[in-house]
Amino acid sequence: MFELTKPQKQIQKAAKSFAKGEFDKELAQDMDKKHEFPFKIWTKASDLGFVGIHFAEKHSGGGMGLLENTLIAEEFCRRDSTIGMALTNAGFAAECLVRFADEELQNRFLPPVAEGQMLSGGAFTEPGKGTDISNLKTSAVRQNNGWVLNGTKVCLVNGGVAGFYVVLCCTDPDVGATKGSSMFLVETDRSGLTIKNSGDKLGARMIASAEITFEDVSVPTTHLIGKQGRGYDQTQQFYTECRLQIAAQSLGIALGAYDRATEYVKGREQFGKKIAQFQITRHKFADMATKIEMARLLTYKTAWDFNKERKSAHAAAMAKIVSARAAYEVADEAIQLHGGYGYMTEYDVERFYRDAKIAELFCGNKETLKDIIGKAAIGKIR
Amino acid sequence: MEILQFTEKHHNFRRRLRAFLAESVIPHVDQWEKEKIEPKQIWYKMGQNGFLCTEIGPEYGGIGGDFLYTVIIAEEMAATNHTGLAVGLHSDVVVPYINSFGNAEQKQKYLPGCVSGDIITAVAMTEPNAGSDLAGMTTTAVEEGDEVVINGSKTFISNGIISDLVVIAAKDPAVENPYQAISLYLVEDGTKGFERGRHLEKMGWWSQDTAELFFIKCRIPVANRLGDKGTGFLMLMQKLQQERLVTSIGAVTAAEKILEWALEYCKSSPDGAKPVSKYQANQFTLVEMATEVKIGRTFMEKLVADHMEGKDIVIETSMAKYWTTAMAKRIANRSLDFFGDAGILETCPVARAFRDVRVMSIFAGTNEIMKSIAGKFMGL
Repeated sequence: MFELTKPQKQIQKAAKSFAKGEFDKELAQDMDKKHEFPFKIWTKASDLGFVGIHFAEKHSGGGMGLLENTLIAEEFCRRDSTIGMALTNAGFAAECLVRFADEELQNRFLPPVAEGQMLSGGAFTEPGKGTDISNLKTSAVRQNNGWVLNGTKVCLVNGGVAGFYVVLCCTDPDVGATKGSSMFLVETDRSGLTIKNSGDKLGARMIASAEITFEDVSVPTTHLIGKQGRGYDQTQQFYTECRLQIAAQSLGIALGAYDRATEYVKGREQFGKKIAQFQITRHKFADMATKIEMARLLTYKTAWDFNKERKSAHAAAMAKIVSARAAYEVADEAIQLHGGYGYMTEYDVERFYRDAKIAELFCGNKETLKDIIGKAAIGKIR
Repeated sequence: MEILQFTEKHHNFRRRLRAFLAESVIPHVDQWEKEKIEPKQIWYKMGQNGFLCTEIGPEYGGIGGDFLYTVIIAEEMAATNHTGLAVGLHSDVVVPYINSFGNAEQKQKYLPGCVSGDIITAVAMTEPNAGSDLAGMTTTAVEEGDEVVINGSKTFISNGIISDLVVIAAKDPAVENPYQAISLYLVEDGTKGFERGRHLEKMGWWSQDTAELFFIKCRIPVANRLGDKGTGFLMLMQKLQQERLVTSIGAVTAAEKILEWALEYCKSSPDGAKPVSKYQANQFTLVEMATEVKIGRTFMEKLVADHMEGKDIVIETSMAKYWTTAMAKRIANRSLDFFGDAGILETCPVARAFRDVRVMSIFAGTNEIMKSIAGKFMGL
């Protein structure tokens, strides 16, 4: 159980060597400052099969599972947190097509994502609501041969750069959002669709965040993803996968910060000896290594279960809490160990720290996740 | 009973300062953050309105105020949600070196400008290879007759670009004991051989300029030495206490402001939704945060009172510096969690605060150094 398979080890090695060869520190710092998506690296990563490795082979994917995707996210984010997060979010919400869409929609939209010709995005969150999707204002109404969408979504991942978005809408207000919502695929060039960039971000700056408005946007009936009225459940299942991916990204961020701290303390001398020789430094590393190991075990175990079709929302929530916390705390300690240099852009750990915080905030904060875990842990009270 | 006894005079000063900041600082903060520096003009305006160097006496144009004015300024500056305008560094850290250790001539020459805002100051201690280990600095100062020749490089210097006058620490290479080798010198902008290096990019404090400084055969008059030759290390140790206390004031007030934003957000109810603050777990977290902030406030105020009485509080100041700055970081981190997705955007006020407070655990002596100092003085 505690060993990756040979193909998995090969994927891990390939991802590591790709990241080492292609991710450039100065370029990353520059794109971070300018809030740019790493288009060139993304194209290469897609060519080599790192994007959509968990899509079916007939859809240009790798035909593998989330554990393999986890290994890629880890290696990419370890080398560079911001580039890694952007690349592993290139096919954001395309998982909704993989899991729920019919053949026709999959055949049309998954290959361009896996081949690096199109980014995908997701529009779930509504203004002021966060991850609470139980009271949707965005509506889709059945008309003629299709659906007409109206409403506003925020926190649109890859907003403005994606070719299509997965949009969650209320389709039956009478039965409430949990039973009356549905998921649609909306191409970015549909008329009536307006996207406004949400401005500068604290971290994960290579991933665009935007607000999207639908004003009588028409889509054909074939653009319904999955079943009508199942949008809420489908979104929760997608969130679960998304949280596992964030756990994987976080594990990489933690490791990347750890690597940089290790290199620094072994090279830096103060008071006549290497910082690595002080007992307190060694204990800090002991704490960091322990946190990383906990994050790795929970993340791998959850991903391994997913590969075996055992998908647990609370396991993914636990993995995300522990792994994102590890990323934050390790990056924080890495800054501290760097002293003044740690606060400077040049030394990268400040970027890892900001990116780690985004991992904690995105797709459900601790409180939301604990509600999910608590429900599973205690069960219903009679 | 209040720990700090503010008088009506103090309250008036605070009201005047608050109005000034609302009019002349807060509307410009976003632009300064973008430009990565604040204009000299705002320093001048601060000076003209009596908000710089409040401890300096009327003989140099100041008001000769007590340390409570420093507390007021630190508190009101924190409320502007930016840390660029580093008046605390100028008024409470750098200028006191001149005020305490300068001779009559030096004070007459520089203090009026420091008070009026014509002279912005910086202090240059840290070097690329001497951060926590201050005694390990390698910048040299060789006195030759009436002149001193300075060679070396400094880094992470706050106000590094904008400053008109720099207090620099440098070593006499002929003296072996590092603690007796350091002297402090005043170097003016424009002096030949004094060059500014890179304006360093950093996680936060964007409207404040942090830079490298280079001294290449920089010649200054020996009359620009502060105090006796070789007493630099002692002077630094003596003044670092106030710098660390000022850092604690900044940390506590920043934490208070961040908590205020978090509470406001958590109590709000957009579109009639149940406020975040109505969930039990969030209530407990918010209560814990408020408790930490109160403990920090009480500890800090007690130290301010002790400092004003001239008590020896080296252990407590070290403790306060480490604890309050770590606390401010915790409060920023936990506050941001409440905002969730909204906290990802820079439009969330806590996002900037989150970036800004992180450096407080590092500057003015890292928190590890604080624990080492406290441990040493506790006889450990």
